[in-house]
Amino acid sequence: MTTDLTHGPMERAFRASRAAGRKLLVPYITGGYPGWQDALRAAVAAGADAIEIGIPFSDPVMDGPVIQQASQHALESGATPVSILHEARGLDVQVPLAVMLYYNTVHHAGHERFAAQLRDAGIVAAIVPDLPLEEAGPWCAAADAAGVETVMLAAPTAPDSRLPLIAARARGFLYSVGLLGVTGERSSLAGTATALAARLKAVTDVPVLVGVGVSNAEQAAEAVKVADGVVQGASVVRRLIEHGPDAVGEYVASVRAAIDA
Amino acid sequence: MSLMAEPSASGRFGEFGGRFVPETLVPACMELEAAFTEAWADPTFRAELDHVLHTYAGRPSVLTQCHNLGQQLGIRLLLKREDLNHTGSHKINNVLGQALLAKRMGKRRLVAETGAGQHGVASATAAALLGMECKVYMGAVDVERQALNVFRMKLLGSEVEAVHSGSRTLKDAVNEAMRDWVATVETSHYCLGSVMGPHPYPWMVREFHRVLGDEAREQCIGLTGDVPDVAVACVGGGSNAIGLFSGLVDHRTRLVGVEPAGGAAVARAQPGVVHGMRSYLMQDEYGQVLEAHSISAGLDYPGVGPEHSHLASIGRAEYPNVTDAEVVEAFQLLSRSEGIIPALEPAHALAWIVRAAPDLRGQTVLMNLSGRGDKDVAQMMDVLKL
Repeated sequence: MTTDLTHGPMERAFRASRAAGRKLLVPYITGGYPGWQDALRAAVAAGADAIEIGIPFSDPVMDGPVIQQASQHALESGATPVSILHEARGLDVQVPLAVMLYYNTVHHAGHERFAAQLRDAGIVAAIVPDLPLEEAGPWCAAADAAGVETVMLAAPTAPDSRLPLIAARARGFLYSVGLLGVTGERSSLAGTATALAARLKAVTDVPVLVGVGVSNAEQAAEAVKVADGVVQGASVVRRLIEHGPDAVGEYVASVRAAIDA
Repeated sequence: MSLMAEPSASGRFGEFGGRFVPETLVPACMELEAAFTEAWADPTFRAELDHVLHTYAGRPSVLTQCHNLGQQLGIRLLLKREDLNHTGSHKINNVLGQALLAKRMGKRRLVAETGAGQHGVASATAAALLGMECKVYMGAVDVERQALNVFRMKLLGSEVEAVHSGSRTLKDAVNEAMRDWVATVETSHYCLGSVMGPHPYPWMVREFHRVLGDEAREQCIGLTGDVPDVAVACVGGGSNAIGLFSGLVDHRTRLVGVEPAGGAAVARAQPGVVHGMRSYLMQDEYGQVLEAHSISAGLDYPGVGPEHSHLASIGRAEYPNVTDAEVVEAFQLLSRSEGIIPALEPAHALAWIVRAAPDLRGQTVLMNLSGRGDKDVAQMMDVLKL
């Protein structure tokens, strides 16, 4: 295999795994929530391909009750972006780490400064769900310069003409929003999940991962019939809240098994 | 060109505004922008809105000169009586505009946030009038202190959901309304209640409230022969103030927006991004949004509409703030001296006028009385123990 120098470390790893026939699994864990580092290590040991670390924000408009609750708890425990990045630096795990955060965290710190903080903490990618394509320019420029991959989101409401524009700006992977709604578990995988993943796969070779509303191992297996992988958020965080870090490892292992089957 | 012209193509007023929303909502914001632009240029739509404003909402609202209080303060005090509109505040102007637009766009359901309940009541009213479904999100704290308006909304056929997250006030009601809209965007219109949120809301809501500023200017000229020396309005998100300012910004009038001391976003002058817009925002050293604290549920908001940030940054408008104690005084003062019980929100504007009166001697001061105080009397009974 030739060395891929045009992509960042996360996208390189994802493209290589995809080429080897592996489906990608990215659990989300709320940074600063008690036990989050143990949960993260357990998820990696259970077969996660990367981890999305949530940086809690006071007003998380894309998140449903479970992640809201975890975020609020983390904030009340004194978690800050700085403390979480500091703790992330000491994780010593062998998979790429991304952060998921709201734009004001970046805006307040300053684009260049925040991109440097991520790089110094060993974070290779950022997902900013309230920073759509039209507003993303200044952050993306700073992130590109610092070598941080900015994951773009695509939603089921996007007309066909919009998808290639989003894909062209995506680094790391393309986050295919599974349904109309906020993060949280649903009883079944929405039809929009595979439909959008298929539309995206038709216009880009950037790895496409479905997130938001992929709620269990069965739904993950269904999603990866079309997509290159899945992000698992509320289902992971709920287990962390209810049963602690070990339960996160067990759950991630079950999803891993289901998507490998 | 007017100092309050259309925003830029990216929805900016100077360096404020924009469209910082989840990708799911971007197409809806674009669709709304196109629909509003088209409707606002369509004489049929304008005539339809004017008709309902005249025959249903009670426009134009009158301008009242306060002889007693004016004499006491040494100024000519004029009140733009938005309290006399149907549903008791200026909010109806915007809501009728948005509801008619939503209907024109084929939406059958309105989603709204509310603080004091005035925007919620107005939304519920418009939904009843136009045969639409309506769901109103209201912070649990505000549901408690504005029980009367909660009942009104239910009576009008709307569903009211108490929001228990965060500070359980207006900010959190906006979050929850946005979450609803993310899930229902194909059938629902988010009927945002102030000049805030993502483009095109700050611009669209301003245009729907422009009528009150235009009326006030002409009424003032008719009465005094000139525009006012000073125009004053309270500012939470800032919709009633922007309506007033839009009618006077290109004249010599001094523009004053009054914030609550516990929600003084402009005074801190720190830009931030929340609820779809870049504007001045109360936040901590990491960018977490702070909770505002005000006696008035309608002004209990840590941010401000982006055009206010712009007007402040270019020095065209000023944004002082007043304390709850000053507001309680002003609330009683207007009641006793003029027989007009104001809502707690516009009592902020009056509180500033009372404070500034020694420097305003002989001037014509036009204040927007944005709402009536009926909704606040239960709360004030507790405060005043009369």
